[in-house]
Amino acid sequence: MDVILLLANVVSNAAPLIFATLGETFTERAGVINLSLDGTILLSAMVGFVVAYSSHNLILAFACAGIVGALIAGIVAASSLFLGLSQVAVGFVLTLTCRDLAYFLGDAYTRLNGPQVNHLSIPGLANIPGIGPIFFDHNVLVYASYFLIGLSCLYFYRTKYGLVLRACGENPKAAYARGIKVKIVQLGYTLLGGFLVGLAGASFSLCFKPGWGRPQGAEGIGWIALAIVIFGGWDPFKVALGAYFFSLLQILSILFQNWCPSVPAQVFQVAPFPLMIFMLVILHFSRQKAYHLWQQGPVWVRFLIKFLHTTPPAALGSSYKEDG
Amino acid sequence: MPNLSSTLIRWILTLGLVFVFTSILLLLTHTPPLTTYWLLIKGSLGSLNKLARVFQVWVPLILCSCGLLFTFRMNLWNIGIEGQVMLGAIGATATLKWLAPFCPAWTCLISALFFSFIAGALWALGAGFLKTKAGVNEIFAGLGLNFVAQGLILWLIFGPWKRPGIASMSGTKPFDFSLWLPTLHNFPVWGIILAIICLGITAIIITWTRLGLELKAVGLNPFAAKLYGLSPNLNTLLAMTLAGGLAGISGFFQVSGVYHRLIPAISSNYGYLSLLVVMLANYKWWPVPFICFFFACLNVGSIQLPLILKIDSSLSGVIQGVCVLVFLLAQKVNLKTKKQIN
Amino acid sequence: MKIRLENICKYYGQVKANHNVSFTIYPNSIHGILGENGAGKSTLMKILAGFIPKTKGKIFIDDQEVEYNTPAQASQLGIGMLYQDPQDFAGLTVLENFMLGLDVPWRLNFKLSLQQFLSYCSKLGFYLLPNSYLSELSIGERQQLELIRLLALGVKVLILDEPTTGISGEQKRILFQALKQLAKEEKSILLVSHKLEDVESLCDRVTVLSNGQVTGEMSAPLDTEQLLAMMFGQKVKPRSEQRTFPAATTPTIEIKNLTACQNRVCLRNCNLSIRPGEIIGLAGLENSGQELFLKVIAGLISPEKGNIQIHGREFAGQGQKIFLQNHIYFVPTDRLERGLFADLTILEHYMLVFENDHFFLRPQKAYPLCWQKIKTLKIKGYPQSLAKSLSGGNQQRLLLSLLPDKATLLALEQPTRGLDIESSLWVWEYLQKFCKQGTAILFSSGEVEEIFQMAHRVIVFYDGQILLNKEISQTTPKEVNKAIAGKVNHA
Repeated sequence: MDVILLLANVVSNAAPLIFATLGETFTERAGVINLSLDGTILLSAMVGFVVAYSSHNLILAFACAGIVGALIAGIVAASSLFLGLSQVAVGFVLTLTCRDLAYFLGDAYTRLNGPQVNHLSIPGLANIPGIGPIFFDHNVLVYASYFLIGLSCLYFYRTKYGLVLRACGENPKAAYARGIKVKIVQLGYTLLGGFLVGLAGASFSLCFKPGWGRPQGAEGIGWIALAIVIFGGWDPFKVALGAYFFSLLQILSILFQNWCPSVPAQVFQVAPFPLMIFMLVILHFSRQKAYHLWQQGPVWVRFLIKFLHTTPPAALGSSYKEDG
Repeated sequence: MPNLSSTLIRWILTLGLVFVFTSILLLLTHTPPLTTYWLLIKGSLGSLNKLARVFQVWVPLILCSCGLLFTFRMNLWNIGIEGQVMLGAIGATATLKWLAPFCPAWTCLISALFFSFIAGALWALGAGFLKTKAGVNEIFAGLGLNFVAQGLILWLIFGPWKRPGIASMSGTKPFDFSLWLPTLHNFPVWGIILAIICLGITAIIITWTRLGLELKAVGLNPFAAKLYGLSPNLNTLLAMTLAGGLAGISGFFQVSGVYHRLIPAISSNYGYLSLLVVMLANYKWWPVPFICFFFACLNVGSIQLPLILKIDSSLSGVIQGVCVLVFLLAQKVNLKTKKQIN
Repeated sequence: MKIRLENICKYYGQVKANHNVSFTIYPNSIHGILGENGAGKSTLMKILAGFIPKTKGKIFIDDQEVEYNTPAQASQLGIGMLYQDPQDFAGLTVLENFMLGLDVPWRLNFKLSLQQFLSYCSKLGFYLLPNSYLSELSIGERQQLELIRLLALGVKVLILDEPTTGISGEQKRILFQALKQLAKEEKSILLVSHKLEDVESLCDRVTVLSNGQVTGEMSAPLDTEQLLAMMFGQKVKPRSEQRTFPAATTPTIEIKNLTACQNRVCLRNCNLSIRPGEIIGLAGLENSGQELFLKVIAGLISPEKGNIQIHGREFAGQGQKIFLQNHIYFVPTDRLERGLFADLTILEHYMLVFENDHFFLRPQKAYPLCWQKIKTLKIKGYPQSLAKSLSGGNQQRLLLSLLPDKATLLALEQPTRGLDIESSLWVWEYLQKFCKQGTAILFSSGEVEEIFQMAHRVIVFYDGQILLNKEISQTTPKEVNKAIAGKVNHA
């Protein structure tokens, strides 16, 4: 079993998930929860493929997919921020509807061979023993995912805008008091998050699981992305780690299948969800008084707590009324 | 009565908008809209056989929706209902498998019904306890448990319960005919009776019992509820139990009345669909049977669309989703215009 | 920066929260705004800080008229407010909280901001760790951070709203030192408080508000008696005949060393003996502890220390259900938000609370009970009326009618708040019936005269402690008012 090959697969397999999870991290950090991820990914995958097939222009295809993602996210944001509907309700209905819409509109394009993103190994870097094939022997999208992780981390913690983003999700009332236009910020980041999710969808149909069909292969990724955002504590770096971890589980499950062919790979893929629940439970108890007792515990407990320390955007999901 | 007429107007507007939107979609795929609608009607109501299939979908939808009426009354989002259906199906399959060699068919079936309720209820309680004891939002707990349930089913189908020979996605070994829920001219009469009874019980509990009132009160104002000796946590668990149990029963129906074995897609998304049903019913019980019938007709009617019109059958899902979306928006727009008039 | 307010008015419908308020704040000074609950201080400050718009009147900065509508605009003009509950971000660090809203470059320069932060800290004598999360700070420290932030924003007029509630003595000393320092540097400081001792030790000039209007102004040195007179006026009528029933003499409820905390308010070592049938009025200004005391007594909040003994049995720390089972009831002041169910009908309320035994609701049985209650309590409504459709007075009647017939102790939060005279009188008549059976009644009130008219005893809370505990017959409204403002005659 080639470890290098395994790790390379993990990195490349995680790329679309990185787009989706980081996109949703932006959205949720601003205080909006976008449950429509799963449907959006499918719909934008379909749109990306159709546009690429018809125009042979990959850049256009990705752009359109991104716009579709932003549009759907925009519906969730607008209906909640400006009409007062429940984000959960609208997001949930949209996730089902978009999936069906994708299957319906994409029907004519199933099992066609469309353009794909080409392999592009970085000259020089790809030859470094060990690290080279793992990180630098993929395609543009994977490299873009590295950039996205780095950019997100920098943005969140080193720029003024990142500070504003975190403030809005934490305490919209206080943000408003400091002159921040909270609703605009929330809408903006939801659109940005949706755009990234749209890119994730296109990267499935144009690269990682090329083509369109029913099923496409990207089903369920949206829900997994939601789980990973929580598991990663709404921090871009930890979320990315979570995405890589899940990718590892996926790859391992395929290997495991070779050893035990009777058990399907999906059984492994449920792993993020108990982990997410576990994370939420920890979060809850970390706020209780008993937490302070744990902090007196052994070193590894303290380290674990510090690493897992996370504050969810306190105002996640509630729409803030600016009347003051 | 001003309320009734405004509701009626809202409904007409909703249906109208959905009609327009769907027609545009169909035109985009070069499909004649009117033919499509006619086919949908014919495909669901056109013959007794087709009507029987509609009822096959109607029954589990009603059962799930009844369960959700309880949780929604408390403002709980029981997204975990999909997993609860699956667990009910697992419970029913397990019971039938283990009892079949020892008991007559009817004993097996009734026991399966009973244990599917318990299995679904226990799964729902999982999410319930995560909420009351560990503060985990029921949306994420439910979602997580849905996926775990799906994994459980796959493991069972490919593991301990696999067919003799090679395990496959077509599920476990089908049950002996004696364990099939009897039908009348293909109509799932026992299922229909079950659904009507459950709907009736749900309606009675909600409208005429203390429990129904308590659930509503706790959902409205948990702080005040505690002042009067009510227990929000207990009521949460109770509502989840009922919802999970009813979902479990629909799992039983899927196993013994429709597929006669356990398959990976045993819940057929009916859990999620019933969330849409109850949203569209504005969380009241009496529109539920009609909406379920409408949704069931769409599901069944769209099956032959790929064959005849070469379009995908998920058109039904699109129509269902757009109905709910437009309905939700219509409510808010109505309120806004009323405010401006005032 | 000189600020002049001219005839500021704020009306909410018929209610005049502020009426013709005029005064001037001079630079290099600390100006105090004194007044009891409901005097209009908060409203005025919110107008000044740009949070709510004024109905009428003008504001002049350095003799130039200004108009502004949002807090952001106010801060651009140099006016900043330090709230009782600082509007900050628990999940961000101290330094990040400091930087948010300041004019920083898009690429955050932590070193520069840190230098800025530390220089302010040292200037004012504050000691804050820049990298700790805000959730780890105490209220006093959060206040200090907010103060520094406002200064960094270039604020020239600083409004402080009840800053000393909930902070330690040491933090108060640090704060006052900082304020005096700032006043020397051409800043104008507006201190809103009900605490006489704070105002007397800090302010150069004081404006007193009562009932939304200015009742007086004074410059340092300040005279306590005169200030009190301006705050409370001569409204208290001579005590009318006691309409309450004399209480039994042996106390059955003993509260010892009660210590509890909620949000910013902390009770410390409160002691009280309560006799059956006794009516005790709790007085004090907002966040002094009386509301928290009521909640602890009724079991809604568990105390950290202390005993609650009723007929010899210990209750502290038991769940709310145990209190309910022993006939101890709490009646909240937010009738609709906390005590009633807005979308349920009156009939449903009675069915919920009284028809406990049966699985099936029996509206037929509940109807006569419902009508009877509506008649006896004179609720203007029908069994099918939704609770949210009732007027305030009727909501209070409904709320009280949900109490069972027998009770050991009733804890009522401001039972007559927002009610007209007729409804208030009715409420007290209703409560008297409980007294007759030996129920002890504890109630908080913002009106000292109400306490003098209805209660056997009065207790005054100040800063989480009981400052005064006397029989009505042995004290005067003036003494009570003094205690409310923090001053007690030490014999």
